[in-house]
Amino acid sequence: MATITSPAPEASRASAERALTGGKLDLTGRAFTLALQLSLLISILILGVLVWDVVDTGSSVLAERLGDFLTGTMKSQADTSGLAQGIRGTFWIGVFTVVLAFPIGISAAIYLEEYATHGRLTRFIDLNIRNLAGVPSIVYGIVGLTIFVKAMQSLTGPESNGQSVVSAGLTLAILVLPIVIITAAEAIRAVPQGLREAGYGVGATRWEVIRHHVLPYAAPGILTGTVLALARALGEAAPLIMVGAASGFLTGGTSYELGSLQDRFTALPQIIATWAGRPVGEWESVTYAAIAVLLVIVLIANAAAILLRNRFEKRRA
Amino acid sequence: MTDLSASPAPLSLGDLSGDPRRLRTEAVMRALLFGAALTSILISALIVGSLAKEAWTFASQVEWATLWTDGWFPRRGLYDVKTIFVGSALVAGVAMLTAVPLGLGAAIYLSEYARPGVRKVLKPALEILAGIPSVVLGYFALTWLAPEVVARLREDASGASLAAAGFGVGILTIPLIASVSEDAMRAVPHALREASAGLGARKITTTLRVVLPAAVSGLVAAVIIAVSRAIGETMVVFIAGGGTGGSLFTLDPLDKGTTMTAAIASQASGTDQVVGEALTFQSLFFVAAVLFLITLGLNMIASRVVRSVRQAY
Repeated sequence: MATITSPAPEASRASAERALTGGKLDLTGRAFTLALQLSLLISILILGVLVWDVVDTGSSVLAERLGDFLTGTMKSQADTSGLAQGIRGTFWIGVFTVVLAFPIGISAAIYLEEYATHGRLTRFIDLNIRNLAGVPSIVYGIVGLTIFVKAMQSLTGPESNGQSVVSAGLTLAILVLPIVIITAAEAIRAVPQGLREAGYGVGATRWEVIRHHVLPYAAPGILTGTVLALARALGEAAPLIMVGAASGFLTGGTSYELGSLQDRFTALPQIIATWAGRPVGEWESVTYAAIAVLLVIVLIANAAAILLRNRFEKRRA
Repeated sequence: MTDLSASPAPLSLGDLSGDPRRLRTEAVMRALLFGAALTSILISALIVGSLAKEAWTFASQVEWATLWTDGWFPRRGLYDVKTIFVGSALVAGVAMLTAVPLGLGAAIYLSEYARPGVRKVLKPALEILAGIPSVVLGYFALTWLAPEVVARLREDASGASLAAAGFGVGILTIPLIASVSEDAMRAVPHALREASAGLGARKITTTLRVVLPAAVSGLVAAVIIAVSRAIGETMVVFIAGGGTGGSLFTLDPLDKGTTMTAAIASQASGTDQVVGEALTFQSLFFVAAVLFLITLGLNMIASRVVRSVRQAY
């Protein structure tokens, strides 16, 4: 007969750990964890230093002459230069992206996810889009230069040699198109299959199911991806250089009228790139002030997208 | 009394096929969506089309001796390709030395160690870093990284240099490496970690011997995509590399220099039209075509790595 001896001493987490490790500290493990934490910390610290640098150096300009800085035009003097022409160009680039890249990109994603059969053409389109997303932005700039600035000059700006905001908008729209397609396709893929089958079950056509069930369900995901793509378009500078955004002297370029779309233009990233090439001492504070304006625009878009995604992830979970 | 013999008209095939208006909408929408999908092929055709012609003109007309001189000065007719290739390689190398340890470390921490609450705060911070435009990082590299970091490596290298640009590009690719490799590690099934822990492995052993090997295809792909991105990055090198207008051949990353991308951009900037020697304009297309092929090749390799090494769990 088994005798019941004294109950086993209650094992605490600490005592169990001691028994397993023999009381020795896991030094390598600690060092490894520390190294991992450090690498993440350094990455975030760099972000902190960058933001601090922008605020520290740029704030004097923003504090002293914010209104004048936002409404003034590019000058050869740092202390009178303003961003109005750049803001106008960046605004139109955003409009082109929203009007062209979003509908075409989302439509392509719908086709690939909802209609396409698993054939050779579909595989080719899919591979093609993935490769397009990896093409460097400067190459898109070359396309903009050849197609929009030169070949289509009569449409994009006969007076400005094609170096207009139309050319820039079209170039950046095709640059972000693959990103829009990929993110929208991911959002559509995440829609539960049962939703579609229920729709078909009551006799809806494919388009009706897409329009009334798939798209509303995928909307937040699609929106997140498109907003990120928009932020990317607003921050790109390399294609603008190729398309011929004005870097120094530019008259006008502040009008928001549709008729001015074919005129010469510039945009915020181009202004920053130009001022970055000027003597640092004199131009540093205005350049950082311009960076602050661009960052506010781009980061608001990014933060909105991230918040939107987190909120909907939580609701679905 | 109702006439029972008057049965309803029998259903014809036409009745089953549905409302013609709805069917027409369906067909129209399908065609429109298909057209949208085809635009991606059109864009590829535009890229190849705009690069091919002028790149070929350059390749067939250039004097081969000018392709191997001691510097890249296209406006003077000196197209030393090794200057810009080595420049791109140096920048990508410095970038990867920065971004691979930091990005991978951050990814391992977020995927294996961080508590959910910590992760929820730190991951968006990395995503914000990913959203910073490259012009901004370029200027940051020139005004902060160059004097504060690069100048410590060698005293006389205080201004623009390939190393400063490389660090800048590295910072740009940290979030990319971190997010792709974190996805790869999170895709490793939890049972593998539990089995390892059950055998008495420490956390570090589980991470290094179980999770990382299982995720290796994703990690390799992350690095290849990052290299491709680093080679294709323009603005950081344009602003912080110090090679506007041309550059002498150099193997030292602490020197000023230029890359394929920055060489294209600096030729197009400053003047309204690309001017210089007869083939200056065409040289830009030639470099872009080579750049396109290199990044395309790297991206293809990355997706192949993912497919061939991926284990089905």
